[in-house]
Amino acid sequence: MKCRVCRGPAVIDLPRHNANFCGPHLIEHCRRQVVKAIDDHRMLEPEERVLVAVSGGKDSLALWDLLTELGYAADGLYLGLGIGDYSAASGDTARAFAADRGLKLREIDLRAEFGYDVPTAAAATRRVPCSSCGLSKRHLFDRAALDDGYAVVATGHNLDDEAAVLFGNTLRWDVEYLARQLPVLPARDGFPRKVKPLVRLSERETAAYCIVRGIDYLVEECPMAAGNRHLGYKEALNAVEQRSPGTKAAFYLGFLERMAPRLVEESAAAQGGLASCATCGAPTTGTVCAFCRLVETAAAHDPVPVELVRPGRPGRRAS
Amino acid sequence: MKVVLRNPRREVEVDGPLRVQVLLDRLGLNREAHLVVRNATLVPGDEVLDDGDVVEIRPVISGGSGS
Repeated sequence: MKCRVCRGPAVIDLPRHNANFCGPHLIEHCRRQVVKAIDDHRMLEPEERVLVAVSGGKDSLALWDLLTELGYAADGLYLGLGIGDYSAASGDTARAFAADRGLKLREIDLRAEFGYDVPTAAAATRRVPCSSCGLSKRHLFDRAALDDGYAVVATGHNLDDEAAVLFGNTLRWDVEYLARQLPVLPARDGFPRKVKPLVRLSERETAAYCIVRGIDYLVEECPMAAGNRHLGYKEALNAVEQRSPGTKAAFYLGFLERMAPRLVEESAAAQGGLASCATCGAPTTGTVCAFCRLVETAAAHDPVPVELVRPGRPGRRAS
Repeated sequence: MKVVLRNPRREVEVDGPLRVQVLLDRLGLNREAHLVVRNATLVPGDEVLDDGDVVEIRPVISGGSGS
């Protein structure tokens, strides 16, 4: 196969784009897609300070690298989730990436600073680990951005992530979630702006970008996520994509272009009024925010090792 | 050739020569969910892999809450 741009040897074929690229032109393609996403959705202004949510995986490191290369002042924030060897390896990977490039990486450790970790939270709340993990990330990234003067939080959600979430929300006709599933959430009522600059890139493209750029990312997957519903949706969509290249992009990008505008009223209605959490001051619909309630429940629970939490199940101990 | 699979890490021997896409099909792996790396270099679907190659098939699907 030859590169569509220079006719040199290709390293990847992208059926969705009906194109093959060599390494340098794959990088150029990825940058172009990120610039288009940022411009189309007015995600970032040139001088804004950006806080990148960094996990050590391919998407967050590719995002940090792309934003830095595009000239944005982007610092990273890594959350220590306490998921055994996986967290140890992901933290090392994120630190090495930052150190090699002279980038600033902030860290928050759930166990050290809040007295719990994700496996323990899953057991204490009897919910899937991804639930307390996602809640912790959203709250702490928002808080860190506001406390340290960042205009915006950038996350590494890619086209596959967004298509899978859209698939799930559509299967359930969850109109409130559909109305909020946008690549930019504006700042409001104590929330920073949140952006997803990778929404035009598939996971295969972000992984290939890392390999070509020499980014050493953590290939191993989170043991807590194995078998979850989100992965099932991705498998289903990839089965369709293999037969009909471009389906995922048409599904998600078509939603943004033709369906999301029809949900604007729904989105405005869903925002409603927010009060301040009595414990931490974060915006909440109740008296105490969901994160503070999680901390209270999980920190009171005896620590649960990751091996005793069954992935994809509501915090039950393995027998 | 030696084929290294990930998550969990394991190795299988496959007879060459054969194209990357044929290897993925033979192992029942979706092209959309994997990249193929030979000697630290990405290779596209029509690349021919030979018996002496060491090939890594790298999954690209990430899990998580998707939130």
